[in-house]
Amino acid sequence: MVTADAVWSALAEIPDPEIPVISLVDLGVIRDVEVEGSRVRVEFTPTFLGCPALETMRDAMDARLRELGADPDVQVVVDDSWSTDRITPEGREKLREAGFAPPAPREAAAPTIVQLTGTSFRCPYCGSTETRLENLFGPTPCRSLRYCASCRQPFEQFKTI
Amino acid sequence: MSERAELLLEIADDELILGWRNSEWTGIAPFLEEDVAFSSIAQNEIGHARALYQLVAEELGTTADELAFDRSPHEYRCSRFVQLQLVADWARTIARHVLYEEADEQRIAALKASDDQDVAGLAAKIDREEVYHRLHAQMWHERLANEPRYIEALGELRPLVSERGEPTPDFAQLWEEMTMVRRSVPGATW
Repeated sequence: MVTADAVWSALAEIPDPEIPVISLVDLGVIRDVEVEGSRVRVEFTPTFLGCPALETMRDAMDARLRELGADPDVQVVVDDSWSTDRITPEGREKLREAGFAPPAPREAAAPTIVQLTGTSFRCPYCGSTETRLENLFGPTPCRSLRYCASCRQPFEQFKTI
Repeated sequence: MSERAELLLEIADDELILGWRNSEWTGIAPFLEEDVAFSSIAQNEIGHARALYQLVAEELGTTADELAFDRSPHEYRCSRFVQLQLVADWARTIARHVLYEEADEQRIAALKASDDQDVAGLAAKIDREEVYHRLHAQMWHERLANEPRYIEALGELRPLVSERGEPTPDFAQLWEEMTMVRRSVPGATW
């Protein structure tokens, strides 16, 4: 008998394909799990709509849930329910340890140039806030590039969305 | 076709074609950071197009890929402005980027206020991503504000922003390239 807890635990073992230190549950992209007998319906939201890992994530969830003996139905929901505030505290810590600065909390208003070019962002390596914006965009849609003037290390900053 | 489908197709086509045009800078942008930025913006725009096509596809009983790639050139509803091939003119490319983001912001705001929950939800998600496109456009606008070539490009392109109708000559070549795989190997999957 598959339980919702077992489903959540299984999903927590699936790494994000692009940042494997963090799981799909840490990332907050699993919106809902419903279990009816062996039938398991999972709703998940992409971080970014152009995320090329969308199908990979869906297939990984499908395969993992079949291993549990479930009959999965994984639905991609493209509404406004995900923001970087959904990343769990554990997820944020895992990101930081791996050298990705976790996203700043989302404010009521969208971020501005003044904020992003300011020095309130903390280097994930040395903790200094003497950092500057190098590029709003990075190797994947969810990241920006910054540079730490204290430890002279470039690093990737998770965008706040 | 419903008014809703017509409007969503128009926006999806704009995003797909502009995304395609932006991706033409991949590998040859003026410097590495812009190579990354324009490629990332292109990826986002095509992601928005995919989600919008999906909404229309559900209504019309087709698929996002069929809408994106299996129509004839005159069936696309994108503005003539996004069709223009501007590589390798950076001043005009940035002018289009700035003007497009300005117009797109208003359009997305209207969609976010829609009574249709699917449309409003998707628009709100798109808007979160577009914030970064607007900031990028704004930074370039400030940087080039006194450059004569940029000012001239803004003047040239501004009247064209929402001009629709017959496809431009530039569009024919883009359509040939974009639909080549599906035309040569119908039904291919990978």
